[in-house]
Amino acid sequence: MNAMNDAWLQVGRLEDIPRQGARVIATAEGAIAVFRTVDDEVFALRDRCPHKGGPLSQGIVHGKRVACPLHDWKIALDTGLAAAPDAGCAARYPVRVEDGVVRLRLVPDEGCPGGHGESP
Amino acid sequence: MDKMKLVLVGNGMAGMRTLEELLRIAPELYEITVIGAEPHPNYNRILLSPVLAGEQTLDEIVLNPLQWYAEHGIRLVTGSPVVRIDRARRCVETADGARADYDRLLLATGSDPFILPVPGAELPGVVGFRDIADVEAMIDASDRYRHAVVIGGGLLGLEAANGLKLRGMEVTVVHLAPWLMERQLDEPAARLLQQNLEAKGLRFLLQRQTAALLPSPSPAGGGGVGERVSVASGIPSPPALHAREGPLPLAGEGSEPRVGAVRFTDGSEVPADLVVMAVGIRPNVALAESAGLHCNRGVVVNDTLQTYDPRIYAVGECASHRGVAYGLVAPLFEQARVAANHLALQGFKRYAGSVTSTKLKVTGIDLYSAGDFTGGEGSEAIVYSDPIAGVYKKLVVKDDRLVGACLYGDTLEGTWYFELLRDGTSIRDFRDKLLFGRHHLGDSGHGDEKARLAALPDATEICGCNGVKKGDIVRAIREQRLFTLDEVRAHTKASASCGSCTGLVEGLLAMTAGGDYSEAPSKKPVCACTEHSHDEVRRAIREQGLKALPDAMRFLEWKTPDGCNKCRPALNYYLLCAWPNEYQDDAQSRYINERAHGNIQKDGSFSVVPRMWGGLTNPKELRAIADVAEKFGVPEVKVTGGQRIDLFGVKKEDLPAVWRDLSEAGFVSGHAYGKALRTVKTCVGARWCRFGTRDSTGLGVKLERMTWGSWMPHKYKLAVSGCPRNCAEATIKDFGVVCVDSGYELHVGGNGGIKVRVTDLLAKVDTEEEVLEYCAAFTQLYREEARYLERSAPWIERVGLSYVKARILADAEGRRALAERFRASQQTAQVDPWKARADGAETHEFTPMLTLA
Repeated sequence: MNAMNDAWLQVGRLEDIPRQGARVIATAEGAIAVFRTVDDEVFALRDRCPHKGGPLSQGIVHGKRVACPLHDWKIALDTGLAAAPDAGCAARYPVRVEDGVVRLRLVPDEGCPGGHGESP
Repeated sequence: MDKMKLVLVGNGMAGMRTLEELLRIAPELYEITVIGAEPHPNYNRILLSPVLAGEQTLDEIVLNPLQWYAEHGIRLVTGSPVVRIDRARRCVETADGARADYDRLLLATGSDPFILPVPGAELPGVVGFRDIADVEAMIDASDRYRHAVVIGGGLLGLEAANGLKLRGMEVTVVHLAPWLMERQLDEPAARLLQQNLEAKGLRFLLQRQTAALLPSPSPAGGGGVGERVSVASGIPSPPALHAREGPLPLAGEGSEPRVGAVRFTDGSEVPADLVVMAVGIRPNVALAESAGLHCNRGVVVNDTLQTYDPRIYAVGECASHRGVAYGLVAPLFEQARVAANHLALQGFKRYAGSVTSTKLKVTGIDLYSAGDFTGGEGSEAIVYSDPIAGVYKKLVVKDDRLVGACLYGDTLEGTWYFELLRDGTSIRDFRDKLLFGRHHLGDSGHGDEKARLAALPDATEICGCNGVKKGDIVRAIREQRLFTLDEVRAHTKASASCGSCTGLVEGLLAMTAGGDYSEAPSKKPVCACTEHSHDEVRRAIREQGLKALPDAMRFLEWKTPDGCNKCRPALNYYLLCAWPNEYQDDAQSRYINERAHGNIQKDGSFSVVPRMWGGLTNPKELRAIADVAEKFGVPEVKVTGGQRIDLFGVKKEDLPAVWRDLSEAGFVSGHAYGKALRTVKTCVGARWCRFGTRDSTGLGVKLERMTWGSWMPHKYKLAVSGCPRNCAEATIKDFGVVCVDSGYELHVGGNGGIKVRVTDLLAKVDTEEEVLEYCAAFTQLYREEARYLERSAPWIERVGLSYVKARILADAEGRRALAERFRASQQTAQVDPWKARADGAETHEFTPMLTLA
């Protein structure tokens, strides 16, 4: 973990992400999915469903949720938690939008049980 | 602002279901008080029978534990009935003197068992079968006494008798009618039932009318004679008719003697230490009547479950709707949904009455009854009877509609019959198969029609997609207290993928949860985002000229801001189908496969299937595919079931480049990923085959050229066989052509896969031009009228082959118009999505936003 990772990294502009869609940030540690909701809220999660590792960036975004394309788990974009009765968590990354510029920190938030939230 | 106050009188299933629905849609609207006469939280009354039978415990049947009330901020008052409603002051008062004010009052006072007004009915040891106290009294009696008499051979009486027998009592069932359950069963079925129950040790006395309940001879040393005379006044003091075999009643059980025998109008008597009255229920309307509410065999309510006082609603067994008071749980839950909708001030749902069905909850006995099984004028009965195997089925048909079903010994198809009955489906096209059922037994791997759901071992896999076993489902239903198919899907994943085991899961739900309230409502909303059905949504899109997804959601009052992954793809398809040349496709409302034009695989890579017209290819094409496979390091190349070549493991970011190379070799997308025209499979045909009658390959190419690129409600496959040997398997395709010497047979509505369905023969035509026109017309009819994700096979079963024939064969002008609409929509659909993306469209879909080394 180098010092760069703590910084807010400029990753692109809001309009680069389709509304109700997602884009991927490819990193050495794996992909991060950056989502944009219908209301232009932006969220970032590790691009792995806690269920079977499906790429969440490929799912349909609705409300503040994304449906995993593999087995339809619903993951909350703001918490990374799977909707009950499923249980699991995709790590959240701090993200913010200022003047249309999307910035991200590469260190995931605390709060996901089990670090990156893979269920066993 | 203060919240409005809602008071629920009656802490039972109907009232509490209404509250749950209300809390779901308007959680903050009311300050809620629940007042129940029983000293328990809400429990599943239907499961009292399994509790009595010792198959479940009281704890297991609690639906809303005390904690639930606390969590939802509900004030719960138990153990004290409401005795007064002051409608002027808008408050209620309990027997203890507690008061609660209301802005809205919900009455769910249920019903009371009807106690025969015979002398001795008030003796100790005479109970109904209605609540936990009754069950406790029955269990207590079974520990200490021997002889039980159940008066009433209906559903409840038989369940009580079975339970008492299992608890070791000698049980006699007394019934007035000539056969058991005469309101649900005809005589042959009832006889089978009786034999079965007799084999379990129950005794039956039919056509006996109870004249009196007699007190037992006074216990030794007891001073009960006086009481006996007083309670049994008017009845001659009974001589000691029978020697008691069981233990004597314990002294100190009250000063009155206990019931000791039942006497009939013919003068005969049977010993009885316990008498269960199960002759019927009566809506409990005393409270409503005392408050001056209009009652007529129930508290009279309108279609919004409102009583004559607009602030007061009534649901459940106490309510009388259009002259009917329901005693089964499915209708009560339908009422609950409507009442909650109005209490939540949404005000658009109406209750129009229910069709009910009955299932007996006696382990080892399969019995199902729905609708009017007696028939009557103009009706016909279809009967199957196998007394040795103990199977009897009677279906009553009137005007091509199923109006009643009575099943004994094999009830697996009960839910299907109930759907047909409730939906009024025309059975004309499959009348000959009706009795033998839908064979709806999950996927073909275990499609044994003889299998008995109840007899399946717990380890049996029910859901083949998600590997869910029967035991898992049953446990989840019990432990998580699941009521609906959707809940079972969410908790177990059973039936959540391909859906072929839905019938089995519904059966397990009915069996385990004890009632039939798992049945899907006849009008199924598209998803939880809306109240509207698929058909309503489509109609609105057409009639209101809705041409964009947000417009459609706004007009139809969608409950979520932007839908979900169920409704958005459906809406997108409906809009596309309705306005083919105007609608702007919404990529974000498409499943990833259709958005990325490849099939997503479990590792996130994609598979690529280039189109090969009619399955024909050539060395140049094969070389191009080989080059692509090598250039992009494709890990696996496979031939598909539809005669195409599949390249597996292509990385998403490589897709546009792969497509560019394929496109340059002349390929277009094979749409192997979409709810779309997939492939046209062909056999060799007359050019080479010594049996071939016609050029099946050439016709296949023409059909594929005509239909490729079209979006469909579901995947859609064609095939052309050159002779009746049918090597292209055209009779399990959505549209199949079988060439014969004299022309072309057109077959529709087949599919392989989950549940194999062989096509129906639609027509025989003479020329290739006709084949193309009929194919275009049939395809367009399916596109315009099937629901999203409904394949042609279930669609045809739903609408009937006669309907399709009427539209395609009988109406030549309509057929040509359908074919024309199909061709018109194809003009904009036949744009190769691969080439477009290879040329730079939708780049963002295939490239990372940013790549960090």
